[in-house]
Amino acid sequence: MKLGKTARNKVLSLFSLFFFYGAFAASDSPKTESESDNHGAVSSEAEISEYILHHIKDAHDFHLFSYNDSEGHRKHIGFPLPVIVYSSKGFRTFMSSEFHHDDSGHHVVERDGVSLVKYHEKIYELEEGAHGVEFDEQHHPTNAHAVLDLSITKSVFGFLLVSLLMLFAFGRLAKQYKKQAVPTGFGRVLEPLILYVRDEIARPNIGEKHYRRFTGFLMTVFFFIWISNLLGLTPLGFNITGQIAVTFSLALFTYLITQFSGTKDYWKHIFWMPGVPVPMKIILAPIELLGTLTKPFSLMIRLFANISAGHIVVMSLISIAIIMKSTLGAAGATVLSLALSFFLTLIELLVAFLQAYIFTMLSALFIGMAVEEHDHH
Amino acid sequence: MEQLLNDFSPGLFIMQSVLMLAVIFLMVKFAWKPIVSALDEREEGIKNALEAAEKAKQEMESISSSNEKLFNQAREERDAMLKEAREMKAKMIAEAEANAEAEAAKIIASAKEAIEVEKKEALAELKAEVAQLSISVAEKLLKEELSDAIKDASFVNGLLGEVNLK
Repeated sequence: MKLGKTARNKVLSLFSLFFFYGAFAASDSPKTESESDNHGAVSSEAEISEYILHHIKDAHDFHLFSYNDSEGHRKHIGFPLPVIVYSSKGFRTFMSSEFHHDDSGHHVVERDGVSLVKYHEKIYELEEGAHGVEFDEQHHPTNAHAVLDLSITKSVFGFLLVSLLMLFAFGRLAKQYKKQAVPTGFGRVLEPLILYVRDEIARPNIGEKHYRRFTGFLMTVFFFIWISNLLGLTPLGFNITGQIAVTFSLALFTYLITQFSGTKDYWKHIFWMPGVPVPMKIILAPIELLGTLTKPFSLMIRLFANISAGHIVVMSLISIAIIMKSTLGAAGATVLSLALSFFLTLIELLVAFLQAYIFTMLSALFIGMAVEEHDHH
Repeated sequence: MEQLLNDFSPGLFIMQSVLMLAVIFLMVKFAWKPIVSALDEREEGIKNALEAAEKAKQEMESISSSNEKLFNQAREERDAMLKEAREMKAKMIAEAEANAEAEAAKIIASAKEAIEVEKKEALAELKAEVAQLSISVAEKLLKEELSDAIKDASFVNGLLGEVNLK
């Protein structure tokens, strides 16, 4: 009982660490080079929390695991990904291996007169004469500026992988239908999923008349989010839907589709709500207008937060094996961490589907509200 | 929030948006459109088949109901015919009886009439005979009396014994 309580406290303190990381990050950053000293080997709570936060971020190379070889050198197993940046002198392309696993902004890559460094998975272009990126108190670089980073990062790579999987699986299913009315093999698994999205998400939320136009978008988004979430649960460590840029892009699609398919009625309900007195109409208009933005915003935050939180919690539970070693012993800590992370992964399997469903369902709902034809009030 | 904005990568956003557009386009073209149209076609086929089955069922029902109707009609007709026949039979019997009765009555009446006539004739004949006889008796009596007045009684008796009343 006593041990259990300590364990809980430790886990709780770990969580609160992540929670307040945002507050620490700004002040900590200029001197956070501790990670690079032992190249990702972690043992303390602070190191673990930093490690976890680093790993839910996007990365420029595909890192699987690291180990110390017999001579005590740190070895990284993984493969580099292409870096494509738009610098002040145009596009520069090279493999991420050129950074030599440096993430502290010290290893400078020279490419045709452009000096590039990577700091916390962000690529900066150094000004003339600088040898490493430096930051001021507000975490703004003093001798460098960020570049437009169009690299094939881990998330983009993951996206491509998911797209290929989808194209392959559903393309095959589509071909099957040419020969037979009922699919065989894996198509039998996919068909009910497609029917589910069409009949349970698109049709009831958008309405019989319009839903066809939007099924393509909804199905793509649903399967993309779901497969990405599932891929995030594998040891490959993808965190595609846990990137705010990715969820922002997805939510933007929903937002644009909603606005561009909005009927006259929809706009009338936003700017000049029928059936209420004129002063109320004036008050309601900005609220409704804001509402169109908060809807996709909530989509973006919900997906991002759920998936990020899932990754953080799973990794935290795994790290129990390290943190609790002194209290429970190596075997006890490992068993506890395995048991907890096993059950959490089961929940995450559910969350993976649930978030895909919620995103798609709410997108369909918003689109449905926009294309709905009202009778009079 | 600051952390969130700091983590936001414009490059990843652009890549994601461009790739997403491409994937939506590709998926719609190569997967969703053929799949959804195949599913629609299949559902349409199933719907049509069900409708056809329903229609066939209804037809069967209407056929069997019309069969029944015909059967019922035939039965009614038969019943009506039987009833008519029975009525006719009864009527015929009644008529025949009435006829027979009338005939019998007529025969009886004519027989009675004939008997009456015969009777009358017989009576008339008898009367005439009796009159003749009386006359002849009276004649003989008168003759006898005239000839032999003494022997009257025995003679008349003898005569009367001779008379054979018919």
